[in-house]
Amino acid sequence: MTTFFQQLVNGLSLGSIYALIALGYTMVYGVLRLINFAHGDVYMIGAYVGYYLSRRLRGDEPSIVSALLVMLGAMLACAALGVLIERLAYRPVRREARLTLLITSIGVSLFLENMAQLVFGPDPKFFPSLAPRADFQIGGVRLTSEQLTVIAVSFLLMILLRFFILKTRTGKAMRAVSFSLDASKLMGISTDRIIAVTFALGSALAAAAGVLIGMQIPKIDPLMGILYGLKAFVAAVLGGIGSIPGAVLGGLLIGTSEVMVVGYLSSTFRDAIAFGILILVLILRPQGLLGRVQKEKV
Amino acid sequence: MMRTRIAVAVFLAAALATALSCGPKGSEKSEILVGEYGSLTGGIATFGISTRDGSLLAFEDINAKGGVLGKKVRLIVEDDQSKPEEAATVVTKLINQDHVVAMLGQVASSHSLAAAPICQASQIPMISPSSTNPRVTQVGDYIFRVCFMDTFQGAVMAKFAYETLQAKRIAILVDVRSDYSVGLQTFFGQAYKKLKGEIVAEQSFSQGDSDFRAQLTAIKAANPEAVYVPGYYTEAGTIVYQARELGITVPFLGSDGWDSPKLWEIGGKALNGCYFSNHYSTDDPNPIVQQFVADYKAKYNQMPDALAALGYDAARILADAMTRAGSTEGPKVRDAIAATKDFPGVTGAITINSERNAVKSAVILKVENGKYLLTETIKPEAVSP
Repeated sequence: MTTFFQQLVNGLSLGSIYALIALGYTMVYGVLRLINFAHGDVYMIGAYVGYYLSRRLRGDEPSIVSALLVMLGAMLACAALGVLIERLAYRPVRREARLTLLITSIGVSLFLENMAQLVFGPDPKFFPSLAPRADFQIGGVRLTSEQLTVIAVSFLLMILLRFFILKTRTGKAMRAVSFSLDASKLMGISTDRIIAVTFALGSALAAAAGVLIGMQIPKIDPLMGILYGLKAFVAAVLGGIGSIPGAVLGGLLIGTSEVMVVGYLSSTFRDAIAFGILILVLILRPQGLLGRVQKEKV
Repeated sequence: MMRTRIAVAVFLAAALATALSCGPKGSEKSEILVGEYGSLTGGIATFGISTRDGSLLAFEDINAKGGVLGKKVRLIVEDDQSKPEEAATVVTKLINQDHVVAMLGQVASSHSLAAAPICQASQIPMISPSSTNPRVTQVGDYIFRVCFMDTFQGAVMAKFAYETLQAKRIAILVDVRSDYSVGLQTFFGQAYKKLKGEIVAEQSFSQGDSDFRAQLTAIKAANPEAVYVPGYYTEAGTIVYQARELGITVPFLGSDGWDSPKLWEIGGKALNGCYFSNHYSTDDPNPIVQQFVADYKAKYNQMPDALAALGYDAARILADAMTRAGSTEGPKVRDAIAATKDFPGVTGAITINSERNAVKSAVILKVENGKYLLTETIKPEAVSP
């Protein structure tokens, strides 16, 4: 039983990472109806920014302050990157067919992956330990401070995001844009600005996920965004793409089921489980667990 | 008009093709071209870099002493990016475009297995410096190796774990995508069970994975006295790091794939007290070893790992065979390599047996604060096959 709870903790910490990335997919889909395939690579860039910042900022001893600075720095850098990607790659083709936008995002993804191999080098890099470590033992289940940080930070960010979307004017505008782009434009909402904010937020969350994974794995490489990105995408679809609580729920479910499959069956099914779930969702409940059915408007 | 154009085009294409195919042949008279494929980038990059540096050092030394058959040897190195499928591509290029007369490579058995059939079919002798999986040299009579095999390496670690460490319960974490790792798991398991040891858990991962906590949690539940992780340094370092976080304190045991300056960078203090089997130790007082270590340090300002030593030995054995054959023709060089006997290599005296493998001792090294300390030397006759 202890083993089961230990696996549950492992699963939740992995799932929080997926959830953070899935939020970016779902938010961008909400406003643009675009599956942003470059999102996983923004997560990778976030991890690298965190890596270089932590090498620079870290004194002799790991400290919470420097860990926070690293995370904020990576989030800011990726927010800027997200806005830049939207401005340079997506905005010029926004009025084109949706397929054009989709293919553009695949192009951006390939560009980021190859640029990262060129700039950072193709060899994996390893995060130095950032925050001071402590372990907790609860009834035989071992909680490391890294795992707790990952879970706590993810939930904190998700609560902040929810507050932002529900309680602020910009959040309200985002909801309006996601409801109808054209109508909100008529209501005087600067849709370009709102879309840029959405990209900034989503990318910042992905960067946070990148730093968090670096803290606990601690291996990062230029192609790490592909698989994490795909699984987070599956998480977003599972939860119902466009739904923010759905993305969180989907992320946690995918992370936990992945860990359970590896722990109790075989590691060879590790990636199969996420995509198996995707197929099942598409067959049984295409709108996702928390998604709403969208009627095609004719 | 159209016809003339086509004719001109065909003529130009033909001229280009001849020019291309003649290009490298022109230099063949003054030097001997040897190909080497290895992973210079990616997850096992230090293997390729060390091997290349070792081979280059050997050829530099040989060229300074007058070369082979009166010609200088030039090594052409290609990167396979740590991908087995890429190994086949670059080896084809080395043979068909560069017209190399012999091939050195690879470290990882999966890569050697991808490239060996191509060398065999083109009658280009290939010496693998450090692929330990038995299947590599079974590809054909042009494929050789200058290291011991995993049948031996697995048995060595089983003996060390059971007799020296007194670990009677062992868990194994294997890389299912690596021929090398799966082979070692089998051979270790056979030898360990023969010694009456108990394997309490077998878990797997795939090369490139970075999260091993699910497998390690399952291993922890089985309560082993040691964990055997046959595999490569990137994953091994990450695994041990995550294991210590999960509170697994028993020693981790590894194989020669752990030997990399990066291992310590990845795993850090978590690796203290772990052991791995290897081909040689830089502590060996043998003058050949000490001379090599000194030369290597002078040139690259770094301690040579076993891959560098084997790259060096493979290059020297190839040069020695070409000299004895008096030719660089594939079949003659092949016969000469097969006849290698008691060659004084850095990694021990090398004799190629009838199955084109080298039979040599293995060492067990202990990881201690970034240094690999010689703990035990195990001779081939000490473990029954």
